[in-house]
Amino acid sequence: MRQMSFAEALNQALQEEMRRDSRVFVIGEDIGRMGGLFKVTKGLLEEFGADRVIDSPISEAAIAGAGVGSALVGARPVIEFQFVDFITLAMDQVVNHAAKLRYMTGGSVSVPLVIRAPVCGGIGLGAQHSQSLEAWFVHVPGLKVVMPSTPADAKGLLKSAIRDANPVLFLEHRLLYGQTGPVPDDDFSIPIGSADIKRAGNDLTIAATGRTVPLSLTAAEKLAGEGIDVEVIDPRTLKPLDKATIVKSVKKTNRLVVVSDGWRTGGYAAEVMAVIMEECFFDLDAPIQRVCGKDVPMPVAAALQKAAMVSEDDILNACRIAVSR
Amino acid sequence: MCLIREFERKVDELNKSGLILGTAHLYIGMEAIAVGSCAAMEQNDLLTSTHRGHGHCIARKLDVGRMLAEIIGRADGYCRGKGGSMHIADISRGVLGADGIVGGGIPVAVGASLGMRMRKINAVVLCFFGDGASNQGCFHESINLAAVLRLPVIFICENNLWALSAPFTKTTAGGDVSKRAAAYGIPGQRVDGNDVEAVFHVVNEFAIHAREGRGPAIVECLSYRWEPHSLFTRGELRPKTEIEDWKSKDPIERYRGQLIGRKIATEKMIEQIHAEVSAELVKAVEFAKSSPPPEAETAFEDVEVRGAA
Repeated sequence: MRQMSFAEALNQALQEEMRRDSRVFVIGEDIGRMGGLFKVTKGLLEEFGADRVIDSPISEAAIAGAGVGSALVGARPVIEFQFVDFITLAMDQVVNHAAKLRYMTGGSVSVPLVIRAPVCGGIGLGAQHSQSLEAWFVHVPGLKVVMPSTPADAKGLLKSAIRDANPVLFLEHRLLYGQTGPVPDDDFSIPIGSADIKRAGNDLTIAATGRTVPLSLTAAEKLAGEGIDVEVIDPRTLKPLDKATIVKSVKKTNRLVVVSDGWRTGGYAAEVMAVIMEECFFDLDAPIQRVCGKDVPMPVAAALQKAAMVSEDDILNACRIAVSR
Repeated sequence: MCLIREFERKVDELNKSGLILGTAHLYIGMEAIAVGSCAAMEQNDLLTSTHRGHGHCIARKLDVGRMLAEIIGRADGYCRGKGGSMHIADISRGVLGADGIVGGGIPVAVGASLGMRMRKINAVVLCFFGDGASNQGCFHESINLAAVLRLPVIFICENNLWALSAPFTKTTAGGDVSKRAAAYGIPGQRVDGNDVEAVFHVVNEFAIHAREGRGPAIVECLSYRWEPHSLFTRGELRPKTEIEDWKSKDPIERYRGQLIGRKIATEKMIEQIHAEVSAELVKAVEFAKSSPPPEAETAFEDVEVRGAA
C-alpha cells in the first residue's frame, strides 16, 4: 500500500497499462507536454513518446472518432475530454457510433474505448465547465459508465476499463483529484459492475457516487453522534449497476437516501430510486430521499456555487427525514 | 459495376414487393466511384462507407446474398437483421461499416488509420462521404487531424450534386470540395466520377503517396444518383432533364464502349459478365428469401461484448 492522490492513481493505471499493452494509447487536448489539465497524463509523453501520447487539436468530434475508429481496428485508445461538458461536441461519435456499432453490425465489431472526463463543479468555472452528465450516458445501451470515489478505486477501475472490450465512460470528479488514499502496490484491478460498502451500518442506507461518497461518509460520522447508524454504498459503476449490493443493504436497513451530483430531474439518483422501488417496495419503512445537484446551470460566485451543489447539510437533512418516519 | 447496378435494381424490386422494412439508398449511376476507388486498395487497406453504401461493399466483394438478407431483415444477414441497409460491415474485407449519420464515418476513418498506425500496420483508409457531409463540422475536424498527424487517409467525396432536396450549389460555399484541401495543406483533386479508370488513377496515386508517409488527400468525384434519395423518400424534386442528361453519361455504358473501342473486351465477353451477374443475383435472392427471420430474443444480444477481450 502506498498513499497517493486520485490523479496519481489514475496516472499510474495509465502508465502500467501502456507498459503492459503496446496497443494502449492516449489522445486529448493538452495531455502530452502539459500532462493534462489535471495532471492525470503527466510523464506519459516522456516515457511513451508522441506516437502514443497525442496532443490533439481542439476537435472533440475528431478526438472521439480517433477513439472509435482506432478501437474498431484493434487498438486500445484512452481518450480524454478536458471537461465532460465538451463531450457535447462529440455526442454523435459517442452515442451513435461507440455505443451502437457492435449492435448495429450484429456483433461483428467491438469498440474497446475508454473515454475519460472530469465532471461536476466546485472550482468556480461556471455552467459550461461544471456539469455532471452521467445520466445521459447511463441512458444509452452499449455504454458502461464508471465513477470512482477513492484513489484505489480510480486505479483499479481504470485498469478494468482499459481491458474491457466495450466503450466505457470513465468520469472523474475534479474535487477528488487531490484527495489522497492508500493504493495497493501490485497489479490489481476492480471489476466493473461491483459496488463497495464504504461504511457498514444498520439504520439507513446511503447510495452515493463520486465526490458525494466522502461527503456522505462525513455525514455518516455526524449522524452516528445522533444515534443513527448509516451504511454508505458506492456503486462505483453507474452502469451496469450492482443492484444486489444496494438491495441487500436496503432489505437490512429499510431506508434509503440516494446522493448524486447530477441534476435532480431525470437524474441518476432517480434511476437508483426506481430500481429500489421495483426490488424493495415492501422492505421500505419510509419514502426514498434523494439529494442531488439543484436544477440550475452551475453559477460561479462561491456562495451561488455552494447553493447549487450537493452539501453535507443536504445529506444530513435527507437522512434525518428518512429515519423520522 | 454491373453487379452493383443489378443488385440495386433487385433491392428496388424487393422493396416494391414489400419485403423491405425501412429504407435503402440506391447507388445506381455512381458505380464507377466505388469500383475505381476500391481497385486501388491493398490487402490491409480499409474503408468507411455512407448511408448509400451498397456499392462500396460490393466493390470489396462482400457476399451479395448476405447483403440482401440483411436488407430484408433475415437472420443470415451481415448484421443478423439488426443493421439493415445502412450498417453492413465486414472487417475481414476491410469494410468498417456503412453509416446512417451524414459525415459520421469521417472521424471513424481517421481513427481507424490512427489505430492501424498504433498497430504498426501500413494501411490506407478510403473514407467515402457525400457532398452533404462536406458541410459537417466533423469533416473539418477530421481532415485537419489527419493532416497534422500525416495519416494515410484518402477522403473521397462522392458529389452527386444533391442532398435529399437541396442542390449542392445552394448549400456548399466555394462550390468545390476538393479545393478545401488547400486549407489543410494537402492535395485535392476533382475527377469525373463516372469514369472508372480516371477515379482509379487519382485515388491510386494518392494512395501510393499516403503509403509513403506523405499524408492524406481529398478526391472529389462528380457523379449523380439516378434514383430518388431513398426507398423511403421517393419524391423527386430534381429537374427531369438533369436526370436524363446524367443517365446519358452512364458510367457502365461508357466503360463498355471504352473497353470495346480499345479492344480489351468484346460484346460477347460483356454479355457474359451480365449473364454471370444475373445468375449470381438469382442465387443471392434465393439465399436471402430462404433465410429465416431472426429469433425475437436475438434483439437482446450483441449490445456489448461479454467478458474481457
